[in-house]
Amino acid sequence: MFNAFVQVVRKDLIGAFRQQSEILNPIWFFIIVITLFPLGIGTDPALLSRIAPGIIWVAALLSALLSFERLFKDDYIDGSLEQMMISPHSLTWLVSAKVFAHWTLTGLPILVISPILAIFLSLELNTFWALFLTLLLGTPILSLLGAIGVALTIGLRKGGVLLSLIMLPLSIPILIFSTMAIDAAAFGQSYTGMLALLGAMLVATITLAPYAIAASLRVSVS
Amino acid sequence: MWKWLHPYAKAEKSYALSGKLMPWFLAIALPTFVVGLIWGLAFAPADYQQGDSFRIIYIHVPAAMMAMGAYSTMAIAAFIGLVWQIRLAEMTVAATAPIGAVYTFIALFTGAAWGKPMWGAWWVWDARLTSELILLFVYLGIIALYNAFSDKVLAGRAASILTLVGVINLPIIHFSVVWWNTLHQGATITKFDKPSMAMEMLVPLLIMIVSFAAFLGFMVLYRFRNEILQRESHRPWVIDLVKLASLKANGRG
Repeated sequence: MFNAFVQVVRKDLIGAFRQQSEILNPIWFFIIVITLFPLGIGTDPALLSRIAPGIIWVAALLSALLSFERLFKDDYIDGSLEQMMISPHSLTWLVSAKVFAHWTLTGLPILVISPILAIFLSLELNTFWALFLTLLLGTPILSLLGAIGVALTIGLRKGGVLLSLIMLPLSIPILIFSTMAIDAAAFGQSYTGMLALLGAMLVATITLAPYAIAASLRVSVS
Repeated sequence: MWKWLHPYAKAEKSYALSGKLMPWFLAIALPTFVVGLIWGLAFAPADYQQGDSFRIIYIHVPAAMMAMGAYSTMAIAAFIGLVWQIRLAEMTVAATAPIGAVYTFIALFTGAAWGKPMWGAWWVWDARLTSELILLFVYLGIIALYNAFSDKVLAGRAASILTLVGVINLPIIHFSVVWWNTLHQGATITKFDKPSMAMEMLVPLLIMIVSFAAFLGFMVLYRFRNEILQRESHRPWVIDLVKLASLKANGRG
Protein backbone atom coordinates (compact mmCIF):
# COMPACT_ATOMS: atom_id res chain seq x y z
CA MET A 1 0.00 0.00 0.00
CA PHE A 2 2.86 2.35 0.78
CA ASN A 3 4.37 1.26 -2.51
CA ALA A 4 1.24 2.44 -4.33
CA PHE A 5 1.59 5.85 -2.66
CA VAL A 6 5.23 6.15 -3.74
CA GLN A 7 4.43 5.01 -7.28
CA VAL A 8 1.67 7.61 -7.71
CA VAL A 9 3.92 10.37 -6.35
CA ARG A 10 6.78 9.26 -8.65
CA LYS A 11 4.47 9.19 -11.67
CA ASP A 12 3.15 12.66 -10.96
CA LEU A 13 6.58 14.17 -10.31
CA ILE A 14 8.16 12.58 -13.39
CA GLY A 15 5.22 13.68 -15.52
CA ALA A 16 5.46 17.20 -14.15
CA PHE A 17 9.18 17.49 -14.75
CA ARG A 18 8.69 16.47 -18.35
CA GLN A 19 6.42 19.49 -18.77
CA GLN A 20 8.31 21.96 -16.67
CA SER A 21 6.32 24.99 -17.75
CA GLU A 22 3.37 23.56 -15.84
CA ILE A 23 5.34 23.87 -12.63
CA LEU A 24 7.09 27.12 -13.36
CA ASN A 25 4.13 29.13 -14.67
CA PRO A 26 2.23 29.32 -11.37
CA ILE A 27 5.50 30.21 -9.61
CA TRP A 28 6.19 33.02 -12.08
CA PHE A 29 2.63 34.20 -11.57
CA PHE A 30 3.26 34.26 -7.81
CA ILE A 31 6.43 36.31 -8.20
CA ILE A 32 4.93 38.74 -10.71
CA VAL A 33 1.79 39.38 -8.67
CA ILE A 34 3.86 40.15 -5.60
CA THR A 35 6.09 42.44 -7.66
CA LEU A 36 3.03 44.34 -8.88
CA PHE A 37 2.05 45.46 -5.40
CA PRO A 38 5.01 47.74 -4.62
CA LEU A 39 4.63 49.18 -8.10
CA GLY A 40 0.94 49.77 -7.63
CA ILE A 41 0.77 50.85 -4.01
CA GLY A 42 4.03 52.74 -3.56
CA THR A 43 7.49 51.75 -2.48
CA ASP A 44 7.44 52.99 1.12
CA PRO A 45 9.21 50.19 3.04
CA ALA A 46 7.20 50.70 6.20
CA LEU A 47 3.91 50.36 4.32
CA LEU A 48 5.16 47.36 2.35
CA SER A 49 6.40 45.46 5.38
CA ARG A 50 3.02 46.12 7.02
CA ILE A 51 1.02 44.56 4.17
CA ALA A 52 3.63 42.04 2.95
CA PRO A 53 2.27 38.96 4.75
CA GLY A 54 -1.22 39.58 3.43
CA ILE A 55 0.03 40.10 -0.11
CA ILE A 56 2.18 36.98 -0.06
CA TRP A 57 -0.67 34.91 1.33
CA VAL A 58 -3.23 36.18 -1.17
CA ALA A 59 -0.78 35.67 -4.03
CA ALA A 60 -0.12 32.14 -2.77
CA LEU A 61 -3.87 31.46 -2.77
CA LEU A 62 -4.30 32.79 -6.29
CA SER A 63 -1.34 30.93 -7.75
CA ALA A 64 -2.55 27.77 -6.03
CA LEU A 65 -5.87 28.27 -7.83
CA LEU A 66 -4.03 28.47 -11.14
CA SER A 67 -2.12 25.28 -10.51
CA PHE A 68 -5.11 23.14 -9.55
CA GLU A 69 -6.03 22.59 -13.18
CA ARG A 70 -3.28 20.02 -13.51
CA LEU A 71 -4.19 18.08 -10.38
CA PHE A 72 -6.69 15.67 -11.90
CA LYS A 73 -7.36 17.02 -15.38
CA ASP A 74 -4.71 15.11 -17.30
CA ASP A 75 -5.58 11.86 -15.58
CA TYR A 76 -9.26 12.49 -16.20
CA ILE A 77 -8.68 13.09 -19.90
CA ASP A 78 -6.54 10.04 -20.58
CA GLY A 79 -8.55 7.70 -18.34
CA SER A 80 -5.95 6.91 -15.71
CA LEU A 81 -8.20 8.51 -13.09
CA GLU A 82 -10.81 5.85 -13.76
CA GLN A 83 -8.09 3.21 -13.53
CA MET A 84 -7.12 4.58 -10.15
CA MET A 85 -10.75 4.43 -9.06
CA ILE A 86 -11.23 0.80 -9.99
CA SER A 87 -7.81 -0.34 -8.77
CA PRO A 88 -7.67 -2.54 -5.64
CA HIS A 89 -5.94 0.26 -3.74
CA SER A 90 -8.07 2.60 -1.70
CA LEU A 91 -8.93 5.72 -3.71
CA THR A 92 -8.52 7.80 -0.55
CA TRP A 93 -4.90 6.72 -0.26
CA LEU A 94 -4.11 7.27 -3.95
CA VAL A 95 -5.75 10.69 -3.83
CA SER A 96 -3.60 11.63 -0.83
CA ALA A 97 -0.58 10.66 -2.91
CA LYS A 98 -1.67 12.90 -5.77
CA VAL A 99 -2.31 15.87 -3.49
CA PHE A 100 1.09 15.33 -1.81
CA ALA A 101 2.79 15.35 -5.21
CA HIS A 102 0.85 18.47 -6.13
CA TRP A 103 1.96 20.20 -2.94
CA THR A 104 5.62 19.42 -3.58
CA LEU A 105 5.22 21.03 -7.00
CA THR A 106 3.31 24.14 -5.90
CA GLY A 107 3.47 24.73 -2.14
CA LEU A 108 7.10 23.78 -1.68
CA PRO A 109 8.38 26.21 -4.37
CA ILE A 110 6.35 28.98 -2.70
CA LEU A 111 8.10 28.16 0.58
CA VAL A 112 11.49 28.17 -1.09
CA ILE A 113 10.93 31.49 -2.87
CA SER A 114 9.37 33.28 0.10
CA PRO A 115 12.69 34.62 1.46
CA ILE A 116 13.38 36.45 -1.81
CA LEU A 117 9.88 37.91 -1.85
CA ALA A 118 10.23 38.93 1.79
CA ILE A 119 13.24 40.99 0.73
CA PHE A 120 11.22 42.56 -2.10
CA LEU A 121 8.64 43.63 0.44
CA SER A 122 11.07 44.76 3.17
CA LEU A 123 9.92 42.16 5.67
CA GLU A 124 11.84 41.78 8.93
CA LEU A 125 13.37 38.49 10.02
CA ASN A 126 11.09 37.42 12.86
CA THR A 127 8.01 38.42 10.88
CA PHE A 128 9.38 36.48 7.94
CA TRP A 129 9.87 33.43 10.14
CA ALA A 130 6.22 33.60 11.19
CA LEU A 131 5.25 33.95 7.51
CA PHE A 132 7.35 30.92 6.62
CA LEU A 133 5.80 28.79 9.35
CA THR A 134 2.26 29.78 8.42
CA LEU A 135 2.99 29.01 4.76
CA LEU A 136 4.50 25.68 5.79
CA LEU A 137 1.34 24.75 7.67
CA GLY A 138 -1.12 26.49 5.37
CA THR A 139 -0.10 25.52 1.83
CA PRO A 140 -0.85 21.81 2.38
CA ILE A 141 -4.30 22.81 3.67
CA LEU A 142 -4.81 24.89 0.52
CA SER A 143 -3.77 21.95 -1.66
CA LEU A 144 -6.20 19.64 0.12
CA LEU A 145 -9.15 22.03 0.08
CA GLY A 146 -8.50 22.92 -3.53
CA ALA A 147 -8.36 19.26 -4.41
CA ILE A 148 -11.91 18.87 -3.06
CA GLY A 149 -13.00 21.72 -5.32
CA VAL A 150 -11.19 20.29 -8.33
CA ALA A 151 -12.68 16.86 -7.74
CA LEU A 152 -16.16 18.38 -7.66
CA THR A 153 -15.70 20.41 -10.85
CA ILE A 154 -13.50 18.09 -12.91
CA GLY A 155 -16.29 16.95 -15.20
CA LEU A 156 -17.65 20.42 -15.93
CA ARG A 157 -16.70 22.39 -18.99
CA LYS A 158 -16.31 25.83 -17.42
CA GLY A 159 -15.09 24.59 -14.06
CA GLY A 160 -12.32 27.13 -13.55
CA VAL A 161 -14.17 30.08 -12.01
CA LEU A 162 -16.50 27.75 -10.13
CA LEU A 163 -13.43 26.23 -8.51
CA SER A 164 -12.46 29.64 -7.15
CA LEU A 165 -16.01 30.20 -5.87
CA ILE A 166 -15.88 26.91 -3.99
CA MET A 167 -12.33 27.00 -2.75
CA LEU A 168 -11.79 30.60 -1.68
CA PRO A 169 -14.48 30.81 1.04
CA LEU A 170 -13.11 27.60 2.56
CA SER A 171 -9.58 29.07 2.57
CA ILE A 172 -10.57 32.27 4.36
CA PRO A 173 -10.08 30.86 7.90
CA ILE A 174 -6.52 29.83 7.00
CA LEU A 175 -5.83 33.28 5.63
CA ILE A 176 -7.24 34.92 8.75
CA PHE A 177 -5.27 32.79 11.22
CA SER A 178 -2.03 33.11 9.22
CA THR A 179 -2.21 36.88 9.03
CA MET A 180 -3.15 37.08 12.71
CA ALA A 181 -0.06 35.03 13.55
CA ILE A 182 2.18 37.20 11.39
CA ASP A 183 0.73 40.41 12.83
CA ALA A 184 1.43 39.10 16.34
CA ALA A 185 5.00 38.36 15.30
CA ALA A 186 5.33 41.85 13.85
CA PHE A 187 4.43 43.30 17.25
CA GLY A 188 6.87 40.94 18.98
CA GLN A 189 4.14 38.88 20.65
CA SER A 190 3.93 35.11 20.88
CA TYR A 191 2.09 33.47 18.02
CA THR A 192 2.38 29.81 18.95
CA GLY A 193 -1.35 29.69 19.68
CA MET A 194 -2.20 30.67 16.10
CA LEU A 195 0.32 28.17 14.78
CA ALA A 196 -1.26 25.49 16.93
CA LEU A 197 -4.67 26.32 15.45
CA LEU A 198 -3.24 26.16 11.95
CA GLY A 199 -1.62 22.86 12.83
CA ALA A 200 -4.95 21.57 14.08
CA MET A 201 -6.60 22.63 10.82
CA LEU A 202 -3.83 20.89 8.91
CA VAL A 203 -4.28 17.65 10.84
CA ALA A 204 -8.05 17.76 10.42
CA THR A 205 -7.77 18.44 6.70
CA ILE A 206 -5.12 15.76 6.09
CA THR A 207 -7.28 13.14 7.78
CA LEU A 208 -10.70 14.14 6.44
CA ALA A 209 -10.17 15.79 3.06
CA PRO A 210 -9.00 12.66 1.17
CA TYR A 211 -12.36 11.04 1.92
CA ALA A 212 -14.20 14.07 0.60
CA ILE A 213 -11.94 14.15 -2.47
CA ALA A 214 -12.51 10.46 -3.18
CA ALA A 215 -16.28 10.85 -2.77
CA SER A 216 -16.27 13.90 -5.07
CA LEU A 217 -14.24 12.04 -7.69
CA ARG A 218 -16.73 9.19 -7.59
CA VAL A 219 -19.50 11.71 -8.26
CA SER A 220 -17.68 13.51 -11.07
CA VAL A 221 -16.26 10.48 -12.86
CA SER A 222 -19.33 8.33 -13.36
CA MET B 1 -39.68 0.44 12.78
CA TRP B 2 -38.97 2.95 10.03
CA LYS B 3 -40.97 1.22 7.34
CA TRP B 4 -43.60 3.95 7.42
CA LEU B 5 -40.94 6.33 6.08
CA HIS B 6 -40.02 4.19 3.07
CA PRO B 7 -42.85 5.28 0.71
CA TYR B 8 -41.62 8.87 1.01
CA ALA B 9 -38.43 8.04 -0.86
CA LYS B 10 -40.67 8.16 -3.91
CA ALA B 11 -41.10 11.61 -5.41
CA GLU B 12 -44.84 11.29 -5.85
CA LYS B 13 -45.51 10.53 -2.20
CA SER B 14 -43.22 13.29 -0.96
CA TYR B 15 -44.80 15.72 -3.40
CA ALA B 16 -48.24 14.95 -1.97
CA LEU B 17 -47.06 15.14 1.65
CA SER B 18 -45.30 18.47 1.04
CA GLY B 19 -48.47 19.81 -0.55
CA LYS B 20 -50.45 18.86 2.53
CA LEU B 21 -47.92 20.38 4.94
CA MET B 22 -47.32 23.65 3.14
CA PRO B 23 -50.53 25.43 4.17
CA TRP B 24 -49.86 24.58 7.82
CA PHE B 25 -46.42 26.19 7.75
CA LEU B 26 -47.90 29.29 6.14
CA ALA B 27 -50.73 29.28 8.68
CA ILE B 28 -48.14 29.46 11.44
CA ALA B 29 -45.82 31.87 9.66
CA LEU B 30 -48.22 34.65 8.68
CA PRO B 31 -50.04 35.32 11.98
CA THR B 32 -46.86 35.04 14.04
CA PHE B 33 -45.14 37.42 11.62
CA VAL B 34 -47.88 40.03 11.95
CA VAL B 35 -48.18 39.65 15.73
CA GLY B 36 -44.44 39.57 16.35
CA LEU B 37 -43.64 42.47 14.06
CA ILE B 38 -46.31 44.80 15.40
CA TRP B 39 -45.56 43.85 18.99
CA GLY B 40 -41.83 44.29 18.47
CA LEU B 41 -41.95 47.48 16.44
CA ALA B 42 -44.70 49.28 18.30
CA PHE B 43 -45.27 47.81 21.75
CA ALA B 44 -41.99 46.47 23.09
CA PRO B 45 -40.29 48.94 25.44
CA ALA B 46 -37.49 51.06 24.00
CA ASP B 47 -33.92 50.15 24.92
CA TYR B 48 -32.28 52.39 27.53
CA GLN B 49 -29.10 52.73 25.46
CA GLN B 50 -30.15 52.31 21.84
CA GLY B 51 -33.62 53.81 22.00
CA ASP B 52 -35.91 52.73 19.21
CA SER B 53 -33.24 51.66 16.70
CA PHE B 54 -32.77 48.34 18.51
CA ARG B 55 -36.09 47.22 17.01
CA ILE B 56 -34.34 45.98 13.88
CA ILE B 57 -33.39 43.03 16.11
CA TYR B 58 -36.83 41.61 15.32
CA ILE B 59 -35.73 41.02 11.74
CA HIS B 60 -31.97 40.70 12.08
CA VAL B 61 -31.80 37.95 14.72
CA PRO B 62 -34.49 35.64 13.26
CA ALA B 63 -32.96 35.99 9.80
CA ALA B 64 -29.47 35.18 11.09
CA MET B 65 -30.71 32.20 13.12
CA MET B 66 -32.61 30.84 10.15
CA ALA B 67 -29.62 31.36 7.86
CA MET B 68 -27.71 28.92 10.05
CA GLY B 69 -30.82 26.79 10.53
CA ALA B 70 -31.26 26.43 6.78
CA TYR B 71 -27.64 25.36 6.46
CA SER B 72 -28.03 22.78 9.23
CA THR B 73 -31.09 21.44 7.41
CA MET B 74 -29.03 21.19 4.25
CA ALA B 75 -26.19 19.46 6.07
CA ILE B 76 -28.49 16.86 7.64
CA ALA B 77 -30.26 16.28 4.32
CA ALA B 78 -26.89 16.03 2.54
CA PHE B 79 -25.67 13.47 5.07
CA ILE B 80 -28.84 11.40 4.74
CA GLY B 81 -28.70 11.63 0.95
CA LEU B 82 -25.09 10.52 0.75
CA VAL B 83 -25.26 7.74 3.35
CA TRP B 84 -28.66 6.24 2.45
CA GLN B 85 -28.53 7.18 -1.24
CA ILE B 86 -31.87 9.00 -1.19
CA ARG B 87 -32.27 11.32 -4.20
CA LEU B 88 -35.00 13.39 -2.57
CA ALA B 89 -32.70 14.32 0.30
CA GLU B 90 -30.20 15.72 -2.20
CA MET B 91 -33.04 17.59 -3.89
CA THR B 92 -33.78 19.19 -0.51
CA VAL B 93 -30.23 20.49 -0.38
CA ALA B 94 -30.67 22.17 -3.75
CA ALA B 95 -34.11 23.48 -2.77
CA THR B 96 -32.99 25.04 0.52
CA ALA B 97 -29.77 26.69 -0.63
CA PRO B 98 -31.19 29.82 -2.31
CA ILE B 99 -33.55 30.47 0.60
CA GLY B 100 -30.73 30.18 3.09
CA ALA B 101 -28.63 32.52 0.97
CA VAL B 102 -31.40 35.15 0.99
CA TYR B 103 -31.81 34.84 4.77
CA THR B 104 -28.04 35.31 5.16
CA PHE B 105 -28.17 38.38 2.96
CA ILE B 106 -31.06 39.81 4.99
CA ALA B 107 -29.08 39.21 8.19
CA LEU B 108 -26.00 40.94 6.76
CA PHE B 109 -28.00 43.83 5.32
CA THR B 110 -30.09 44.51 8.45
CA GLY B 111 -26.94 44.06 10.52
CA ALA B 112 -25.20 46.77 8.49
CA ALA B 113 -28.25 49.02 8.85
CA TRP B 114 -28.12 48.48 12.61
CA GLY B 115 -24.35 48.90 12.79
CA LYS B 116 -24.26 52.34 11.19
CA PRO B 117 -26.17 54.18 13.97
CA MET B 118 -24.83 51.95 16.77
CA TRP B 119 -21.17 51.36 15.93
CA GLY B 120 -20.68 54.17 13.43
CA ALA B 121 -19.69 51.77 10.66
CA TRP B 122 -21.64 49.89 8.00
CA TRP B 123 -19.15 47.04 8.14
CA VAL B 124 -16.32 45.86 10.39
CA TRP B 125 -14.19 42.81 9.80
CA ASP B 126 -14.92 41.21 13.13
CA ALA B 127 -15.28 37.44 13.57
CA ARG B 128 -19.07 37.18 13.56
CA LEU B 129 -19.62 39.37 10.48
CA THR B 130 -16.76 37.77 8.56
CA SER B 131 -17.91 34.21 9.27
CA GLU B 132 -21.49 35.13 8.29
CA LEU B 133 -20.14 36.56 5.02
CA ILE B 134 -18.24 33.31 4.46
CA LEU B 135 -21.55 31.49 5.01
CA LEU B 136 -23.07 33.56 2.21
CA PHE B 137 -20.17 32.68 -0.09
CA VAL B 138 -20.50 28.99 0.76
CA TYR B 139 -24.23 29.14 -0.06
CA LEU B 140 -23.46 30.80 -3.40
CA GLY B 141 -20.81 28.16 -4.13
CA ILE B 142 -23.32 25.38 -3.49
CA ILE B 143 -25.93 27.03 -5.72
CA ALA B 144 -23.34 27.58 -8.48
CA LEU B 145 -22.08 24.00 -8.24
CA TYR B 146 -25.60 22.56 -8.44
CA ASN B 147 -26.45 24.67 -11.48
CA ALA B 148 -23.20 23.79 -13.27
CA PHE B 149 -24.03 20.11 -13.70
CA SER B 150 -26.50 19.16 -16.42
CA ASP B 151 -27.10 15.72 -14.85
CA LYS B 152 -29.09 16.75 -11.78
CA VAL B 153 -28.50 13.46 -9.94
CA LEU B 154 -24.75 14.11 -10.02
CA ALA B 155 -25.41 17.76 -9.27
CA GLY B 156 -27.30 16.83 -6.10
CA ARG B 157 -24.52 14.56 -4.92
CA ALA B 158 -21.81 17.13 -5.60
CA ALA B 159 -23.82 19.83 -3.81
CA SER B 160 -24.29 17.48 -0.84
CA ILE B 161 -20.56 16.85 -0.55
CA LEU B 162 -19.82 20.56 -0.70
CA THR B 163 -22.50 21.24 1.94
CA LEU B 164 -20.87 18.75 4.30
CA VAL B 165 -17.42 20.23 3.68
CA GLY B 166 -18.73 23.70 4.52
CA VAL B 167 -20.60 22.69 7.68
CA ILE B 168 -17.49 23.45 9.74
CA ASN B 169 -18.43 27.12 9.30
CA LEU B 170 -21.53 26.76 11.48
CA PRO B 171 -19.82 26.24 14.85
CA ILE B 172 -17.31 28.92 13.84
CA ILE B 173 -20.14 31.43 13.38
CA HIS B 174 -21.88 30.42 16.58
CA PHE B 175 -18.78 30.54 18.78
CA SER B 176 -17.12 33.48 17.01
CA VAL B 177 -18.34 35.86 19.70
CA VAL B 178 -16.84 33.60 22.39
CA TRP B 179 -13.51 32.75 20.78
CA TRP B 180 -12.65 36.24 19.56
CA ASN B 181 -12.80 39.73 20.93
CA THR B 182 -15.65 40.93 18.72
CA LEU B 183 -17.61 44.12 18.30
CA HIS B 184 -20.74 42.03 17.73
CA GLN B 185 -22.44 41.23 21.04
CA GLY B 186 -22.38 37.81 22.63
CA ALA B 187 -25.13 35.20 22.82
CA THR B 188 -28.31 36.27 24.60
CA ILE B 189 -30.63 33.31 24.10
CA THR B 190 -28.67 30.46 22.52
CA LYS B 191 -26.79 29.56 25.66
CA PHE B 192 -27.22 27.32 28.71
CA ASP B 193 -28.14 30.21 30.96
CA LYS B 194 -30.92 32.69 31.67
CA PRO B 195 -31.48 34.87 28.63
CA SER B 196 -29.73 38.21 29.01
CA MET B 197 -32.74 40.07 27.67
CA ALA B 198 -35.88 41.38 29.33
CA MET B 199 -39.03 39.32 28.88
CA GLU B 200 -40.97 42.22 27.33
CA MET B 201 -38.38 42.40 24.54
CA LEU B 202 -37.71 38.67 24.37
CA VAL B 203 -41.24 37.38 23.74
CA PRO B 204 -41.83 39.23 20.43
CA LEU B 205 -38.34 38.11 19.37
CA LEU B 206 -39.22 34.47 20.02
CA ILE B 207 -42.47 34.92 18.10
CA MET B 208 -40.55 36.36 15.13
CA ILE B 209 -38.08 33.45 15.28
CA VAL B 210 -40.98 30.99 15.11
CA SER B 211 -42.42 32.97 12.21
CA PHE B 212 -39.17 33.00 10.23
CA ALA B 213 -38.70 29.30 10.88
CA ALA B 214 -42.22 28.45 9.70
CA PHE B 215 -41.71 30.63 6.63
CA LEU B 216 -38.43 28.83 5.92
CA GLY B 217 -40.32 25.54 6.11
CA PHE B 218 -42.98 26.84 3.73
CA MET B 219 -40.46 28.12 1.17
CA VAL B 220 -38.36 24.94 1.35
CA LEU B 221 -41.43 22.78 0.70
CA TYR B 222 -42.47 25.08 -2.16
CA ARG B 223 -39.06 24.87 -3.86
CA PHE B 224 -38.84 21.16 -3.07
CA ARG B 225 -42.10 20.56 -4.93
CA ASN B 226 -40.84 22.64 -7.86
CA GLU B 227 -37.61 20.69 -7.93
CA ILE B 228 -39.53 17.40 -7.98
CA LEU B 229 -41.73 18.55 -10.85
CA GLN B 230 -38.71 19.73 -12.84
CA ARG B 231 -36.63 16.63 -12.36
CA GLU B 232 -39.46 14.10 -12.68
CA SER B 233 -41.22 15.88 -15.55
CA HIS B 234 -41.07 12.76 -17.69
CA ARG B 235 -42.96 10.60 -15.19
CA PRO B 236 -46.61 9.67 -15.88
CA TRP B 237 -47.85 11.12 -12.59
CA VAL B 238 -46.35 14.52 -13.38
CA ILE B 239 -47.78 14.48 -16.90
CA ASP B 240 -51.21 13.63 -15.48
CA LEU B 241 -50.88 16.38 -12.89
CA VAL B 242 -50.00 18.96 -15.53
CA LYS B 243 -52.86 17.80 -17.76
CA LEU B 244 -55.28 18.04 -14.86
CA ALA B 245 -54.05 21.51 -13.95
CA SER B 246 -54.35 22.80 -17.52
CA LEU B 247 -57.83 21.26 -17.86
CA LYS B 248 -58.89 23.04 -14.71
CA ALA B 249 -57.42 26.30 -15.93
CA ASN B 250 -58.92 26.06 -19.42
CA GLY B 251 -62.20 24.41 -18.48
CA ARG B 252 -63.10 27.14 -16.05
CA GLY B 253 -61.42 30.04 -17.80
